[in-house]
Amino acid sequence: MSETTSDVEAEVLIPLAEKPGRGFWTAALALSVVFLGGILAWSWQIKSGLRVTGLGVPEFWGIYIINFVFFIGISHAGTLISAILRITRAPWRRSFTRIAEMITVTSLPFAATCVIVDLGRPDRLFNVLLYPHLTSPILWDILCISTYMVMSCLYFYIALVPDMALCRDRLSRHGLGMTPIYRWLALGWKGTVKEKRLHHSLMTVLSVVLLALVISVHTNVGFIFGMTNKPGWHSAAIGPYFVIGAALQGLGALSAIVVAVRYFFHLEHWITEDHFNALRKFFLALACFWMYYTCVEYLTTFYGRHVPEMAIFWAKLTGPFRLSFWAMLVLCFCVPFALLITRRGPLVLKLLFAGLSANVGMWLERYSIIVPPGASPYLSWGTPPYSPSWVEWTITAGWFAGFILLFMLFTRIFPLLTVWEMKAPACHVCGTVFEEIAAEEKEG
Amino acid sequence: MEIKDQNRRDFLKWFGAAVGGVWAFTSRAFAARGEDEQVQARGKHRWGMVIDLDRCTGCQACVVACSVENNQMLGGPEEAALGRVIRWLKILPRTEAEGSHIRQSLVPMPCQQCEDPPCTRVCPTSATFMNPEGIVGQVYDRCIGCRYCVNACPYTCKFFNWGEPQWPKETQTPFNPDVSVRYKGVVEKCLFCHQRLQRAKDKAREEGRKIEEGDYVTACQAACPAQAIVFGDLNDPESEVSRLALSHRSFKMLEELGTKPKVIYLREG
Repeated sequence: MSETTSDVEAEVLIPLAEKPGRGFWTAALALSVVFLGGILAWSWQIKSGLRVTGLGVPEFWGIYIINFVFFIGISHAGTLISAILRITRAPWRRSFTRIAEMITVTSLPFAATCVIVDLGRPDRLFNVLLYPHLTSPILWDILCISTYMVMSCLYFYIALVPDMALCRDRLSRHGLGMTPIYRWLALGWKGTVKEKRLHHSLMTVLSVVLLALVISVHTNVGFIFGMTNKPGWHSAAIGPYFVIGAALQGLGALSAIVVAVRYFFHLEHWITEDHFNALRKFFLALACFWMYYTCVEYLTTFYGRHVPEMAIFWAKLTGPFRLSFWAMLVLCFCVPFALLITRRGPLVLKLLFAGLSANVGMWLERYSIIVPPGASPYLSWGTPPYSPSWVEWTITAGWFAGFILLFMLFTRIFPLLTVWEMKAPACHVCGTVFEEIAAEEKEG
Repeated sequence: MEIKDQNRRDFLKWFGAAVGGVWAFTSRAFAARGEDEQVQARGKHRWGMVIDLDRCTGCQACVVACSVENNQMLGGPEEAALGRVIRWLKILPRTEAEGSHIRQSLVPMPCQQCEDPPCTRVCPTSATFMNPEGIVGQVYDRCIGCRYCVNACPYTCKFFNWGEPQWPKETQTPFNPDVSVRYKGVVEKCLFCHQRLQRAKDKAREEGRKIEEGDYVTACQAACPAQAIVFGDLNDPESEVSRLALSHRSFKMLEELGTKPKVIYLREG
């Protein structure tokens, strides 16, 4: 057992100990350039106002809001996997938890800033807290997301403390200058029974809290649309539909990123086909669940025959938005379903494609939810079609590049696997922690 | 034991501070709302408008009068192509078809001044609100430009300043000094020429009387050559606007949404 333990430690610490290669720096440079481009485009937008976007009457919200919902969706990868699976003690989660939490922490800042980019007066953001209006879903959203951001950072950090101690002890020789930071982050962790007990109960409490937060955050994001009386938005199903969509997208993002990380850092030994198979089943279930919600939503609209709703319904199915609508159905459901229904074939590759497909599909899903209802309000004032401007695309590209860049930097600073969890000998981590503690107590 | 006591005290201190913070925040949010409702109950006047579609010729004099009175941006062809020109009062072309009969009509549309406005409900900062006399207002200096109210308005009668509004030099001198000029990034809307109400109130006070019918006239009403627009107090049963509102020809735009507009239309006869 001790052999495997030291193996994990050694292998996991390689990316942290080694100096990154040329590929890493090239990628980082390219991503930084794109991200800076996004920042410059945003500065240009702040200077000239939102007229540099493709928005107008009646399309008031565009791809900034789509990106906001999208990044929030990605962030659900972390909490979903680690909180739900930690609570249910699913043994296969252990290879994924750290990467998942990393995705949450790195994507949330970009989600939050997407909304600020969309504001006409970003300088007045704090008016929301100075003059709060309780009936506004935007206020609920800001409270939810900021709580979620703080809690998921805390969750990420607390799960990191024992591994930071490991880095402090094992990486002191490498001299990359990170040791003082690791020492500071490790909070003097020694791995005593008392510490482990405290750590375990903290993780349990945080998992439960985060599970509630995950549901509230995405329901509230859905409420922003659902609480208006706009046809195509006003729907009771939109809250849970958003939660399921985010879960599907989050799992897709996680699958794709785990495959990439496993390939780049040679973690094949620790993230095995069995782990991916468990991920496959979960993914498949979520894709089916998403399809179920989509059918419920569109069938109800169709049978309601409410005139303004039907205008949007046909605009999506056969009208100007048909391309994005059918692409969404194919990418969110058909492709993942066909790829993941059996285990046969190259499982890892299949998960990579299914994950990417679900993410592109979910971006289009938000497009189909936000843009077509905007184009057909109750009263028709003549509708110039919305096409995002170069500023919007540059900021979008910049934000995606920023997210990938931040994630890349994290992979070089923090261990990619949750070593303390992997070290636990049996499947049921919660059980084993206590067995271990009990054994140690007996000895003591 | 000492350590425990210390912990408990610390915990209570922090817990107290947290509860206090949450209380301060929510009470502030509730107070703003409660005040709104109290003031609403006190209001004596309920300003409303009747637009007789049978009289309207579609000449758009009201549109021009409204934009001049309220210092609205002039706008160019590029802005018009993207629907970014701001006109608080617009003419909505409507097509009604019944079998082979097709009828075109033109409907002048200011803010419908809903009694239950969907826009004020969703505003995160109370920048849009209903005043004691039922006029839906907009505080430009508080608006964060999220455009949630614009999306929530079923009549598309709220407007966003996509850029810094531009005027040719010639039109800048005669700005109406009673109306503030808006700037980029905020939402604006028809306020029933609220500045004229202020003036009418001041005048009535000077003359030591109550505000009477005809004291407060909106710019669109004053400009309408066909006298299709009637404006007044819906709370006064004697006013022309209340009498016309009871006409068998009267209807409200998208009444089924429950927004209770205070702009009432009279159907073409």
